[in-house]
Amino acid sequence: MDFELLARYGPRMLEGLFVTVQLVTLSVVIGGALSLPVAFARLGKNRWLSRFAFCYIYFFRGTPLLAQVFLVYYGAGQFRAELEAVGLWWFFRDAFNCAVFTFTLNTSAYQAEILRGVIKAIPRGQFEAAHAAGLSPFATYFKVILPQAFLIGLRPYGNEIILMIKGSAIASVVTVFDLMGTTRLAFARSFDFQVYLWAALLYLAIVETLRRVWDRLEIRMTRHLRPADANTLRTNGQKQFQT
Amino acid sequence: MGEIFGLLSFGPDGWGDEIAAGTWLTIQLALATLPFGLVFGFLVALARNGENRWLRGFGDAYTTVFRGLPELLTLFIVYYGGQIALQRFINLFSDTYVEVSGFVAGMIALGLVFSAFASDVFLGALRTIPKGQAEAGQALGLNRLQTIALIVAPQLLRYALPGLSNLWLVLLKDTSLVSIIALDDLLRQTNVAVSSTKEPFFFYLTACLIYLALSIISSVALQAIEARSFRGEERIGSKAEAA
Repeated sequence: MDFELLARYGPRMLEGLFVTVQLVTLSVVIGGALSLPVAFARLGKNRWLSRFAFCYIYFFRGTPLLAQVFLVYYGAGQFRAELEAVGLWWFFRDAFNCAVFTFTLNTSAYQAEILRGVIKAIPRGQFEAAHAAGLSPFATYFKVILPQAFLIGLRPYGNEIILMIKGSAIASVVTVFDLMGTTRLAFARSFDFQVYLWAALLYLAIVETLRRVWDRLEIRMTRHLRPADANTLRTNGQKQFQT
Repeated sequence: MGEIFGLLSFGPDGWGDEIAAGTWLTIQLALATLPFGLVFGFLVALARNGENRWLRGFGDAYTTVFRGLPELLTLFIVYYGGQIALQRFINLFSDTYVEVSGFVAGMIALGLVFSAFASDVFLGALRTIPKGQAEAGQALGLNRLQTIALIVAPQLLRYALPGLSNLWLVLLKDTSLVSIIALDDLLRQTNVAVSSTKEPFFFYLTACLIYLALSIISSVALQAIEARSFRGEERIGSKAEAA
């Protein structure tokens, strides 16, 4: 551990970590909002909307994130005149915005697919019961389906956030100074390999923390699904009441 | 419009042959990584499933680290770290300069990531096979190797295939990261084409579509393999077993 090196590059890497957190939070939240219409289009009755959503999801899930980032970042540069004409150039000229934009589209495709999976996992009777109770489709989704879907989707959503954290390192390739970007800079200047190991520890710390929080969350949210005396049963090593 | 497709022609004027060569390298890299990742993943799964505490600890740590690190960081650590370690090792004997091949570094890095995720898949599959299966093998007078090869392995593969198929698709996309360490894969050849033609949108879209095509071909092939692995498995029979 080289403390002089740490003093010189440590603060900058922490700033980079903050950029990474921003990048991931923005993308996951906006992508989550965007995934709703995509998933509903995919599940809906309209054939063309459903096909469009399918292609959207397939494209973003089937191609490398790095290629998507290049497509948006360098592709936007090519359409500079057009983007200026519609007043969007200020957005796309910034690498951070391009990264958020790409990550948002990417994660919305993955999240739409998760959402579709969990909605399909919900028994048909739940829809019918809501219908019988006279709920509107909107209320059906927001009051009946989504709360249950959330539970089933908790784990895949957690995995998706972790994938995004890891994937966000790619932003460093288009000059965003996230944790990976600042680490690469520190390495380029110091030629000291240990900066990569520090970055590795930081990434591992975030991912592991998230994973553990998620484990807790899952235990808490499924507490109504476990029998009250599950623990005593487990210590006895017998499942007495199983039918 | 026709003009731009001329850029994809083969020969001195077009980029078709370069991109085809890049695609071939991408496929080679993914195929070269697969056996290494599978074998390693299986060994790590065995270690995590075994009785030995140290081996189990090692397996868990290995999985945590390579599942949690960004793939790009793993690649850099292997590439630069491998370079430094190898150079130091060589310097013990002589002072020739060595360079780590990007292909090998990419193969190792992607293999580490693949094997970490694959060990999860294998572990899950190992646990779905009832202990009675191995015991039945012994009761029939098979030795350990025969039990594994004839009884455990075929079932294991069947349960692991869907997970491994996913990992293959992820691997195929992750190979794009080697373009950053200057290996002439599909994405890097695309970068080269872009920097000389100034047509980023067209070329990156083309690259994306090629990745998409590789994914689609893989999916079709994998589905056929999965279907074949389930021959002889009756749906009703497997349900009865679960109850």
